[in-house]
Amino acid sequence: MIELRKVTRRFGRVTVLKDISLAADEGSFLALLGPSGCGKSTLLRIIAGLDRPDSGEVLIGGQDVAALTAAQRNVAMVFQSYALYPHLTVAQNIALPLAMRGRSRLERSLFGRFLGSARRKQQEEVRRVREIAGQLGIENLLDRKPGQLSGGQKQRVAVARALVREPSIFLLDEPLSNLDAKLRVQMRAEIVALNRRIGRTFVYVTHDQAEAMAMADRVAVMLDGRIAQLATPRELYERPRSMEVAAFVGLHPINFTPPATWDALPGGFALPPGSLPPGSLPSGRKVVIGIRPEHLVPAREGRVRGRLAHMEYQGAEILLDVRLEDGTLLKAVAPGDWPAVEEGEEVRLSYLPRNLHLFEADSGTRLSLEVFEGTDGSNGREARPCH
Amino acid sequence: MPLSKRRLLEALTDLWLAGPATLAMLVLIFIPVGIVALLSFTDYQFGARSFNWVGLDNYLVLVKDPQARRAITNTIVYAAIVIPFSIFFGLLVALGLYRVASYAPRLSAILRAAYFLPVAATLVAMAVVWQMLLHPNLGLVNHLLALIDIRGPSWLSDRGLVLYTLAVIGIWQTVGYNMVLFLAGLAAIPPQLYDAAEIDGADRGWERFWTVTWPMLGPTTLFVVVVTATGAFRVFETVATLTRGGPAFASDVLVYAIYREGFVYFKAGYSSAITMVFFAFVLLFTLAKFRFMESRVHYR
Repeated sequence: MIELRKVTRRFGRVTVLKDISLAADEGSFLALLGPSGCGKSTLLRIIAGLDRPDSGEVLIGGQDVAALTAAQRNVAMVFQSYALYPHLTVAQNIALPLAMRGRSRLERSLFGRFLGSARRKQQEEVRRVREIAGQLGIENLLDRKPGQLSGGQKQRVAVARALVREPSIFLLDEPLSNLDAKLRVQMRAEIVALNRRIGRTFVYVTHDQAEAMAMADRVAVMLDGRIAQLATPRELYERPRSMEVAAFVGLHPINFTPPATWDALPGGFALPPGSLPPGSLPSGRKVVIGIRPEHLVPAREGRVRGRLAHMEYQGAEILLDVRLEDGTLLKAVAPGDWPAVEEGEEVRLSYLPRNLHLFEADSGTRLSLEVFEGTDGSNGREARPCH
Repeated sequence: MPLSKRRLLEALTDLWLAGPATLAMLVLIFIPVGIVALLSFTDYQFGARSFNWVGLDNYLVLVKDPQARRAITNTIVYAAIVIPFSIFFGLLVALGLYRVASYAPRLSAILRAAYFLPVAATLVAMAVVWQMLLHPNLGLVNHLLALIDIRGPSWLSDRGLVLYTLAVIGIWQTVGYNMVLFLAGLAAIPPQLYDAAEIDGADRGWERFWTVTWPMLGPTTLFVVVVTATGAFRVFETVATLTRGGPAFASDVLVYAIYREGFVYFKAGYSSAITMVFFAFVLLFTLAKFRFMESRVHYR
């Protein structure tokens, strides 16, 4: 259980974190998602105790940890660069946190080998290191130095070092970004499995929205030092709270129509007058419609008309750039077996109204919609509320 | 263009690129070393028309002659003092300045320049300053000592003291250089390692130093040791300007002996023999360092 209350951090005049409040339940998997420089790593360092907030509180297990050092908080951290000690073997790397906690200074010194207590503790450490190495499948690497390991192996050693002393929370700072694509997908599943198995709280920093969506129970989207939205991956995708969040989440970047007043929405996107709850939009305010490319598919009677500007064949799907009559360029996704037309020819696109996102143009905040199905003329007729 | 001709052209290019430097090395280093090695087996004197082969005589003199043995032991004592202290203080200053740089960057830069000044300054000019500072009656050092009722010794003319005085000047001169090397080494340590150490529980100063700083400085330290050691064995300027090896050869060292025998007494053969001994010293030292320490500091 981690809780942050109004955490603010400034570096000189720059405020990198503004009033961050969030909570992660015991055993849950929280992702901090954001572009580089949004403050997510600073937030992680504050939770770890490597950095201190200028104001606000950090609570771990309900206890304010402001006075505790990183080691006392009993957090484990996996770094993007793995941060293994290059002069120690894998076994010594994994054992170091145990030795630092378990043994007194005298026992750790050169004289330690003459002390019975130190020898007993060391045997216990060796046993524990073997056990952890076994769990992660790296027993055969124990005598090597980090310089002799591949990226994936270093990753496992870093996880083993974090795991070895049974930490209360796990902090991971972009742990997969130095791995190749295939290994990354594999390690993704392993880390989630680890979270389920040991039942500790995981906080995972990443700039890769696919990673965050795939792994986390809840995702905090961080933009400019604020939490733009904290929600489940599904909610983030289906109901982004602002244009910024909508633009950040999703494999293909979302389409936005040019800002327009309610009665002048671009062709194919006109909405019936009753779609907005009364009073939610002052008259004359401009709005933007957002629609994800994967929700915009070619259809014979589609309401959106344009010409094919560019096409990318990807096997399972085809990415289309469609230019509307007013010049707006929309991205759309067609299934891989779509009978393609020539570039420059007319394409008609259809969408389900519930996949439309409506935002206020000035503030970028989401507006709830009450859209009635069937406005695109291609699909069902029953009324379905949409937000 | 036929393949063979192309290969030939490429080979000529390689030769053209590497040739001049190789030639210069050959003419300026390897051939002179060979000549010196040959001369060390002769009784040749500068300007003489002929010489005789004397076998190992020159080397035997080096072993037997108390004056020559004095130069060798003096050099070893000098190096044994200068090497560890210069490295230790260089590291200490670098650690301090590195910390200071995080909260007072300007002060750190000024201090860094101050420590580096002895390296950049001409040692001969600095020697004059030292001579004035250490003058038994007029020098500032003894004046200051007199303030606390201590009668300062004659730093540069006391037989028992002169070598140690020179060693202190040698340390003063090399600390700045070692500091700069250590600072570069410190800057290259990835900060995540300190974070990892802090989380792993190594969060006190000493623990951080032994877990991260010292091991990560390994390659730098090796380089510093080699540079300091060769520099210490080559000590010459301070001896030549401040003591001329005196009093009574109490501060005679190898390179100064080479200079004196070769360029003052013109005994080229004997001087060459000392040169070969000096060369062997430095070579052995360097080989030993790389042989025994190289593999330990690069962690492969």
